[in-house]
Amino acid sequence: MENQEKMTAQEKFIDYAKKSIETISSCDSPRIKKLRQEALNRFIDRGFPTNKMEKWRNSKLLECLNQDFNIESIENKKHDFCCVIQNLDAEVVTITNGFYSDENLKTLSSGIIIGSTHKAMQEYPELFEKYFGTCNINDDNGFYDINTALWKDGFFIYAPKNIVAEKPIQIIKITDEDNSPFIQTRNLIIAEANSQLQIIDCDDSIKEQSSFVNSYTEIIIGENAQLENYKLQNLNDNSSLLNTNTIKQLANSRLQTHTVSFNGGKIRNNIFVDIDGEGAECNLYGLYLVDKTQHVDNQIKVNHNVANCNSTEKFKGILDNEATAVFNGHVYVAPNAQKTNAYQNNSNIILTDKAKISTMPFLEIYADDVKCSHGSSIGQLDQEAMFYMQQRGISRENARMLLMYAFAAEISNNIGIEALRERIDDMIKRRLKGELSCCENCVFQCNTPKEYDFKIDLSKI
Amino acid sequence: MDSNPNENIIEQVTGKEYEFGFVTDIETDFAPKGLNEDIIRLISSKKEEPEWLLEFRLKAYRHWLGMKQPDWAHLEIPPIDYQDIIYYAAPKKKKELQSLDEVDPELLDTFNKLGISLDEQKRLTGVAVDAVMDSTSVKTTFQDTLSKYGIIFMSFSEAVKQHPDLVKKYLGTVVPHTDNFFAALNSAVFSDGSFCYIPKGVRCPLELSTYFRINAANTGQFERTLIVADEGAYVSYMEGCTAPQRDENQLHAAIVEIIAETDAEVKYSTVQNWYPGDKDGKGGIYNFVTKRGICRGERSKISWTQVETGSAITWKYPSCILKGDYSSAEFYSVAVTNNYQQADTGTKMIHLGKNSKSTIISKGISAGHSQNGYRGLVRIAPNASNCRNFSQCDSLLLGDKCGAHTWPYIQCSNDTAILEHEATTSKISEDQLFYCNQRGIDTEKAIGLIVNGYAKDVLNKLPMEFAVEAQKLLSITLEGSVG
Repeated sequence: MENQEKMTAQEKFIDYAKKSIETISSCDSPRIKKLRQEALNRFIDRGFPTNKMEKWRNSKLLECLNQDFNIESIENKKHDFCCVIQNLDAEVVTITNGFYSDENLKTLSSGIIIGSTHKAMQEYPELFEKYFGTCNINDDNGFYDINTALWKDGFFIYAPKNIVAEKPIQIIKITDEDNSPFIQTRNLIIAEANSQLQIIDCDDSIKEQSSFVNSYTEIIIGENAQLENYKLQNLNDNSSLLNTNTIKQLANSRLQTHTVSFNGGKIRNNIFVDIDGEGAECNLYGLYLVDKTQHVDNQIKVNHNVANCNSTEKFKGILDNEATAVFNGHVYVAPNAQKTNAYQNNSNIILTDKAKISTMPFLEIYADDVKCSHGSSIGQLDQEAMFYMQQRGISRENARMLLMYAFAAEISNNIGIEALRERIDDMIKRRLKGELSCCENCVFQCNTPKEYDFKIDLSKI
Repeated sequence: MDSNPNENIIEQVTGKEYEFGFVTDIETDFAPKGLNEDIIRLISSKKEEPEWLLEFRLKAYRHWLGMKQPDWAHLEIPPIDYQDIIYYAAPKKKKELQSLDEVDPELLDTFNKLGISLDEQKRLTGVAVDAVMDSTSVKTTFQDTLSKYGIIFMSFSEAVKQHPDLVKKYLGTVVPHTDNFFAALNSAVFSDGSFCYIPKGVRCPLELSTYFRINAANTGQFERTLIVADEGAYVSYMEGCTAPQRDENQLHAAIVEIIAETDAEVKYSTVQNWYPGDKDGKGGIYNFVTKRGICRGERSKISWTQVETGSAITWKYPSCILKGDYSSAEFYSVAVTNNYQQADTGTKMIHLGKNSKSTIISKGISAGHSQNGYRGLVRIAPNASNCRNFSQCDSLLLGDKCGAHTWPYIQCSNDTAILEHEATTSKISEDQLFYCNQRGIDTEKAIGLIVNGYAKDVLNKLPMEFAVEAQKLLSITLEGSVG
């Protein structure tokens, strides 16, 4: 039965792809056209992944495919959705239903170009030829195929050589469509040699409608370049999000990503990093605070293809109610990647007996002169610490909150943009209080900012 | 420190040839090559088995036909032609043996070369040895001593004849014939093995031990071990293997089932040193084993201790189902791979009972071109409250052509569980080597010292007799003549 419905989802896509691939690819270069066609052929061949596949065994994302998604008539809507992070001075751009809000590309005073992927492909064909589709796919599956074959738009950010961004770029992705849209976005971020970029990537939904977002981002970080990528996920409980970042790092580049999942029906984050240049460093942080029947799946792979690189993966989660989470970290060290330092950690706190966590920190090592370690823990709040605090007059509730906050803060403390850190800090507190998911329109509650008092009187400690 | 002499030494110590390679010439009674229902009927009739056992085999065989060889492990397994294997071979000597003198002198010689003299063991160590030469038990010692306590320790086929009820009651209850491809194959064609039953409240006075050997060329060996510890019983069971040097690959798909009832404790230790193939990865044993124990009653305990140095390919996950409340399980493992050996090994701890505890200590050492992987599962069921698990998997790399991998799976569905997992991968540190050198210990000895120290946690868990052998094996595999 399930299989049959799934077949129809696949068939629907194939059907749609066959009749519209010509129109979609009308402006493409021959190479991109070929990529699309090849991807479509692969998709026809194998369709969507199944739970039988090792990488998708515990994923709940696939359950969503049974819904009757609208894949054809998705429109770009002008939106005045305003997502303000207080005191954050950022270049804000909006993407609605997978379409970039502004038709024209924008060149910032610093020389950084931001705009729609579709437009950029036409105006900067040479950049596209050089970078588009060059990242190692890593998890080669039907979602990648369908995205490559049918993407229409997304965001494009280009930092030319030696350019340091003046302020962070905030991308707000909104889903606003009533009839269960299946949205494909394709994004490209290029940080040329010696450039520096800070990107805040927010996924939001406006209404309670169901949706599926299949977002695929390629990121190329040139020599000595630095990139900070913050992902904030705050979606309604009916939405599904597959967010794939494939990142290529060249020599001496620095990468820092933060994946913060506060809310969302079913989320899967794929972060694949290929370290292709010596002296590079990447730090991947993640935090997921989920409740109800939410599901968060973080799939991380760091490929150390060359020697002398460092990587850190640190993911933490708190699971409440019937929430489920999956963590799969994978460090691969190629045969000649000597002097690699790789660290991987995943810690979880489970608050109820209905919540479920599955964690798989993998190490695959083919070089001998390396220092690789991983740790993983699942547990509860430290009873002794609880007792200690209660003993000193902190109520049980507050003690609990304080401990959870301290647990989460280890991740948020690494955020480099101060205003954002404060914002996320505040959101963690609200989330722990159970206030964040109650707003009707948007979980951010930005339009009516209210001071939240985290009621712990520290003077009494 | 100059790295060149170091490399040489590693090459020297890792390049040591397999010492126990020899072939014993004993006439063997073969079944024709291939596998079909007739062969299974033949095996069953040769062993004079009851009808229900034949049914069990056929059911497994029919299930096996619909299965595919698993390919998820990080192993490169050359295609195996299951029709090109002889599924039954037994030494032709059929007459009953009363004393060691009647055993084929050549056979005794084989054991002597291995340092496992039955005679010696019998007289000096007080260990009962049920030596399995190919598929049929040739000699069982200490039967009398054991029978005084009501302990049943005999070859599997004998147990089928003498204690059919017990065998029927427990066979396939831990590893059902549908479990996996190799378990199904074994259930269909298992040749022989050991059966051990410790009655209620009995503490087995001896360390039980069986030596498995694969001897006839082209013979797959399908051992089946069943250990049952009834309420309050205790047994320490040891198993060790060495195999003669061969060019043709040999398939080994064994099953070990352990059942621990309330308050029972089973300690299972094994040293495995099968022929790993030569320096170029030619030949060697394929070891696809399903080992599983169940802590069925409250406060029961199972502990697996293994030292793995042999086999061309190892696919082995000794696991525990902790069904009883307050039950506990332990897994201690040292796996050494060299040359072109491949190992994908680990454990599974499935917590079903409340307050159950498990510990996993796994030490991998890879050298040469080998691939050594740990794959482990820890699962906490929704109703298993207050469970505790600690896992530690360390890998040591000797040489830059080998690989060490860790694939832990941790699944938790209970909010009161505390699970910890940690793993490290590194090489022998230059500091440690330098420190030893500085104090007059040469590099080869230093490596031996460090490797033995690294594996100490596990070696300490072995019974005395085995610990010595295990250390010797580690030495042979990695340290040349250094002991």
